[in-house]
Amino acid sequence: MVLIWFLIGTSVAHGNDLQDTIAEFSSAKSFKQVEAVIEKLGVLGDPAAAIALRALSDGELKFRKSDGAVFIVTDGSDGPLLRDAISGNPVESGSATAKDFKKVRVKNSIRRKIAAVLSGMTLQSKSVERRLAGAYTIFETSDASALPALEDALKSEANEDVREAFLDARASAILASDRSVEEKQLAIERISQRADRSSLSLLSKFKGKFDDGLNARIDKAIADIEASQAIWTNVQNIWYGISLGSVLLLAAIGLAITFGVMGVINMAHGEMVMLGAYTTFTVQQVILAYAPDLMPFALLFALPMAFLVSGLIGLIMERGLIRRLYGRPLETLLATWGVSLILQQLVRTIYGPTNREVSNPSWMSGAFEVGQLSITWNRLWIVIFALAVFAVLYFVMNRTKFGLDMRAVTQNRQMAGAMGIRTSWVDAMTFALGSGIAGIAGVALSQIGNVSPNLGQSYIIDSFLVVVFGGVGNLWGTLVGAMSLGIINKFLEPYAGAVLGKVIILVIIILFIQKRPRGLFALKGRAVDT
Amino acid sequence: MASSASTQTGLHPGALLFIALVAACAIVVPFLNIALPQDHLLHVPDHLVVLSGKFLCYAILAVSLNLVWGYCGILSLGHGAFFALGGYAMGMYLMRQIGTRGVYGNPILPDFMVFLNYKELPWFWYGFDQFWFAALMVVLVPGTLAFVFGWLAFRSRVSGVYLSIITQAMTYALLLAFFRNDMGFGGNNGLTDFKDILGFDIQTRETRATLFSLSAIFLVISLIITAYITRSRFGLLLVATRDAEARTRFLGYRPEKVKLFIWTLSAIMAGIAGALYVPQVGIINPGEFAPANSIEIVIWTAVGGRGTIVGPVIGAVLVNGGKSLFTGWFPEYWLFVLGALFVGTTLLLPKGIVGTLNDYWKTRRQKPDEPASNTVPQAAE
Repeated sequence: MVLIWFLIGTSVAHGNDLQDTIAEFSSAKSFKQVEAVIEKLGVLGDPAAAIALRALSDGELKFRKSDGAVFIVTDGSDGPLLRDAISGNPVESGSATAKDFKKVRVKNSIRRKIAAVLSGMTLQSKSVERRLAGAYTIFETSDASALPALEDALKSEANEDVREAFLDARASAILASDRSVEEKQLAIERISQRADRSSLSLLSKFKGKFDDGLNARIDKAIADIEASQAIWTNVQNIWYGISLGSVLLLAAIGLAITFGVMGVINMAHGEMVMLGAYTTFTVQQVILAYAPDLMPFALLFALPMAFLVSGLIGLIMERGLIRRLYGRPLETLLATWGVSLILQQLVRTIYGPTNREVSNPSWMSGAFEVGQLSITWNRLWIVIFALAVFAVLYFVMNRTKFGLDMRAVTQNRQMAGAMGIRTSWVDAMTFALGSGIAGIAGVALSQIGNVSPNLGQSYIIDSFLVVVFGGVGNLWGTLVGAMSLGIINKFLEPYAGAVLGKVIILVIIILFIQKRPRGLFALKGRAVDT
Repeated sequence: MASSASTQTGLHPGALLFIALVAACAIVVPFLNIALPQDHLLHVPDHLVVLSGKFLCYAILAVSLNLVWGYCGILSLGHGAFFALGGYAMGMYLMRQIGTRGVYGNPILPDFMVFLNYKELPWFWYGFDQFWFAALMVVLVPGTLAFVFGWLAFRSRVSGVYLSIITQAMTYALLLAFFRNDMGFGGNNGLTDFKDILGFDIQTRETRATLFSLSAIFLVISLIITAYITRSRFGLLLVATRDAEARTRFLGYRPEKVKLFIWTLSAIMAGIAGALYVPQVGIINPGEFAPANSIEIVIWTAVGGRGTIVGPVIGAVLVNGGKSLFTGWFPEYWLFVLGALFVGTTLLLPKGIVGTLNDYWKTRRQKPDEPASNTVPQAAE
């Protein structure tokens, strides 16, 4: 019985403490006094104060001028709506008007204080995310007044991740507090071990604020973190470069093969990519309409379809058009440009000129972290896919009879013909293969970019540059060319911006051609005039 | 192939007639526009003068491409860049002429600069308030770009399809660069809202007619230049470079120098065409650098007849006329028609209209035992 009275008594007393403290808001005349009240609430540590504190942050905590009672006041249609400051429950407003209430003053620094205090309260919250978030806020704001709450929470914390977060937050708070030099040294050690951007900005805040010994430590910690950041930035650029390079590789490899065998630049190559992307879209629409359960496998269906569609159109182009322009590469270029215009307009007429929605399967969404690097799944899959396509093509070129025929015709068309290879058939099949690969590239590219009739145009110039740079001697040229262009592009971007980066790359390629006019991996032997 | 490499005969009478006709237009059309009242049968309406002026500039552009492609075998997919650069030079002059009459009323800074919070004129805008400077830039800027680009490209013997791709990449890079708002060239809006040129209000009928005349006169000049060059010894060298570069080199000539010369000349011609174009249409924007525009120039030349003197003019007028008609009546189908033009011309009409007509007349006039007349041989391609 006494226990019950005791418990009720303490809770009531607790509640009273809270109420009294909140009531002090009405007598807080200046920002400093408001801050003092907030700190008291923080010291009290009662989570029930959270509602009032949030309302204060939003500017909705007001007190009645007549008796100083504090409420949460929002504007209703017929006058102010009152809510209790602790429970948040609505309270009868009677005939009160907005003029009867005065706002408790807040400004941004006070809001930050509120956030820090709130996070201190969230340290005891039941949800793991709230605790982690609370710890992170303290870490970022270095709120020394949260130290007692933190150490309290640490004693009873069971979750490992949350413990680590609490220890980091504690280290940060210690730096801002009056604790001993040794404790601060340990804190600096701990923070510099995190070695990420937020710890860098945190340490920079304290730069030069302490006595010599500590200052030197802080400077060293900052230097260490910056060095490691620089390395990670380079790693990130390399990763982005590889990702871009894999995209270029997919787009350009069909072109390189066609150009190598036939000496013809297919200006409609970009449209083959575009057709592959639209095939993916169509396949997804069909599956959505008739067999929605198969949606995760949509891409698997789209791949062969895209290969067939683009390959077929390539074959028709070759037989119907390119064969008749044999020996006239410049005119073939023009004719294929005409085909590209027709294809673009065809797609525009059928599908409309706006972007079409191609959805990513679930295994391609999201990202994971490696150290300081965030790797998105879709880009990773595209890199893997590009390398797989390359491997398959390499196998076809070097281990099959068809590949042998293709290489022979590339190196010396007349001799190959004299040896009994049907060059016109090889031409047709090569063109179909090149276009088919472009179609497959379109499937992949639909996952990372917009699908619109202009898709081809955005990749065609880069594909050309890859072919010019890498040469058409063999597939490695395209691989190396694509990867190098991707990486160079990404390294230039932070300094020069995307546009200027492209311009610089063009200049580099023009200069590079001075030395090697036929590209990196050029065919050896006597070059014959066109 | 020419039977004997004696000096070329004079101009084909048809070509002479055509040039004379264009020269006559330079005088007659403005007269018909200004002197005759509106309801007269022969009155040329104002919008037709501007449209024709535009077509004349396109014709000059096609003639310039013909010089490098038809006679020298360099398929440039980036000639629009030179056209646009000349246009921008003229546009900058016209922008500075606006002075305080712009929306923001700043005497020195054009509107878009005030809008983008520029404090002072960028250094590359200095001097453009003088016409002679702007005219010099119209010639120098495309010329210098062409010279440097050509020197690098031809010296390393980049040719054929490789070269075409590189020219396309060049104009694409310029497109990207000029689209940037912070380049100081007006960004994606370009330069527009011109008020006057050399003191004359740009919107009056008289100025427009004068610009039309100037375009026609310059077209005549470029045709005469083409005729002169192709019928000189240098013209023989051009054709030799086109048809058999290695052999020409082994004979002791320097094909790179030949190509560089004609390339730079052609670029300057294109630049001047651009400079004449901009006052007539009243705007220059970075879209002119688009690769698609440059490739369209090729089709004008191809349809008309590359390797002939007047072919490009006819091609330019026909295709652009068709484009204006189509985009008015059936806009969705224009690209189909254009694409079909590309395919059809290369397949069925490789010599273009004038070239095919030439061949036809030659076979008609030629008796069985007479040798073929000494005209400039057509492209081997």
